[in-house]
Amino acid sequence: MEQETLLLKGNEAIAHAAVRCGCDGYFGYPITPQSEVLETLAALRPWETTGMVVVQSESEVASVNMLYGGGGCGKKVMTSSSSVGIALMQEGISYMAGAEVPCLIVNVQRGGPGLGTIQPSQADYMQATRGGGNGDYNLIVLAPNSVQEMADFVGLGFDLAFRYRIPVIMLADGVIGQMMEKVVLPPQVPRRTNEEIARQCPWASLGRPASRDINVITSLELQPEKMEERNIKLQEKYRTIEQCEVRYELLGSEHPEIAIVAFGCSSRISKKVVQIAAEEGIEVALLRPVTLWPFPSEAVRQLAERVKSILVVENNAGQMVFDVRYAVEGKVPVEHYGRFGGIIPTPAEILDVIKRMLNR
Amino acid sequence: MEKSEIINKGTLVYQKPALMNDTPMHYCPGCSHGVVHKLIAEVIAEMGMADKAIGISPVGCGVFIYHYIDIDWQEAAHGRAPALATAIKRLLPDRLVFTYQGDGDCAGIGTNETIHSLNRGENITIIYINNAIYGMTGGQMAPTTLLGQKTVTCPTGRDAKLNGFPLKLTEMVAQLEGTSYVTRQSVHNVAAIRKAKRALRHAFEVSMQGKGSCFVEFVCTCSSGWKLSPEKANQWMEENMFPYYKIGDLKDE
Repeated sequence: MEQETLLLKGNEAIAHAAVRCGCDGYFGYPITPQSEVLETLAALRPWETTGMVVVQSESEVASVNMLYGGGGCGKKVMTSSSSVGIALMQEGISYMAGAEVPCLIVNVQRGGPGLGTIQPSQADYMQATRGGGNGDYNLIVLAPNSVQEMADFVGLGFDLAFRYRIPVIMLADGVIGQMMEKVVLPPQVPRRTNEEIARQCPWASLGRPASRDINVITSLELQPEKMEERNIKLQEKYRTIEQCEVRYELLGSEHPEIAIVAFGCSSRISKKVVQIAAEEGIEVALLRPVTLWPFPSEAVRQLAERVKSILVVENNAGQMVFDVRYAVEGKVPVEHYGRFGGIIPTPAEILDVIKRMLNR
Repeated sequence: MEKSEIINKGTLVYQKPALMNDTPMHYCPGCSHGVVHKLIAEVIAEMGMADKAIGISPVGCGVFIYHYIDIDWQEAAHGRAPALATAIKRLLPDRLVFTYQGDGDCAGIGTNETIHSLNRGENITIIYINNAIYGMTGGQMAPTTLLGQKTVTCPTGRDAKLNGFPLKLTEMVAQLEGTSYVTRQSVHNVAAIRKAKRALRHAFEVSMQGKGSCFVEFVCTCSSGWKLSPEKANQWMEENMFPYYKIGDLKDE
């Protein structure tokens, strides 16, 4: 398959990108608003072309443990779900963080708590960026804000997952999953052979040839000294990721009075705010974290030196605002604005908050 | 005297399987796990599958099986081994993929994964160790604990009104369209061990032939959990476990 430009929903783009970037297996359970991922794969029938395995599992608990098994063999495996299902997966994600199993998990967020709503939300920020399950660990968290990025971050997600042997979360939301946009799909990359995997992932449990020791994928270590060693090694890996993998976008005015920090669908709305504010003579900058972990703390700190105040826009009760305040260290006031339950704020509504903050 | 002086070609009449290493086992005296481990190692070697076998270890006493048998392993979360096995076998169809699970793991917390992987007819083998108790955590009631059997969480004996009934998982999974070979075995004497080995080999062969899922239960002792000597534990198992968990093939298609 050559490069191709299509009009797709965000969820559909994920499915197309998975096949094209040489994904070995998708394991998923239906849940709104992301079921189109599994539906698109079922229609594309990649097992007849690239040999990619597609399994509808009996639960999200099974899905995430299928990722553990497949990722443990060095295969490129992924799942997608929405908030409620991602909550169920936390046990498996913690195991994969501990056993250093690479995989890609897409969360097309909906409102909570509990069964909540099927409408968009960004309320799983804390869960994704703090680990979410038991123990001290981090995941790389990518936050797409367009259908193009839904496609692009599948390949990027796998690259990062294997570079660092870490689960990667793509933290999308119901807006990005459901909206349709033009998307350029990459040309087909062949799936890796078992021989290539054995070379590139010497830790993978592919079956033991006589030439090497056994490979065991495990997070268990009963001796505290060895377990501490293991934790220290994990923490060193996380510090490397913090140094090397921060991604963000800085838009809007070059001489801002105020800055917005927003990710995902909120950053799309905030882009409009920057534009209508400029029309009224208000200079606004927009910082969009692309990686939510590692968080672009240094970029936020530098931005704080150039503005009077910062507004964090996110569709939750205030989660990323903690990371922004931590980076700003009280140098300027940091406020939060968000709506819940699937309500998406209008640009005018956000502009009103900015005017109030600037006493206009 | 050195080990090499005692064990030489002239005196050797029996040896441990080539795939088993010298790591001392953590199992209690009288426990059946070691015997089942030995059978697994023997069958894999005899089938010439050492480089193609991938095992999945459980949470429970069997968790460290990867310390003893020299093949590739993955250690699963409690009850989830069949989900791992599903993905591994789908992604590597020429591999011999099996899980090793206890009764709490396979028949308690992981029943959903057990039933659905078998019902999909995944070409895997589930090895199910039923000793009617939670051994590793200190002898609590299991889904398979017999009525009247005393454990630390049912100290006056399992009462159906409070705790329900001992689960016959093997009878359940024999009903599933996806299973091809379902059997219940034991390893309490030499004749039983020989039969059990044949059953295990048959299961591995059926799963490699792509005929569907295989399920091999081993009714086992837990002398520490049952608070009986190894000899008495075997006797108690024959008198109490075998009448309820009947030994033999349930399905062979």
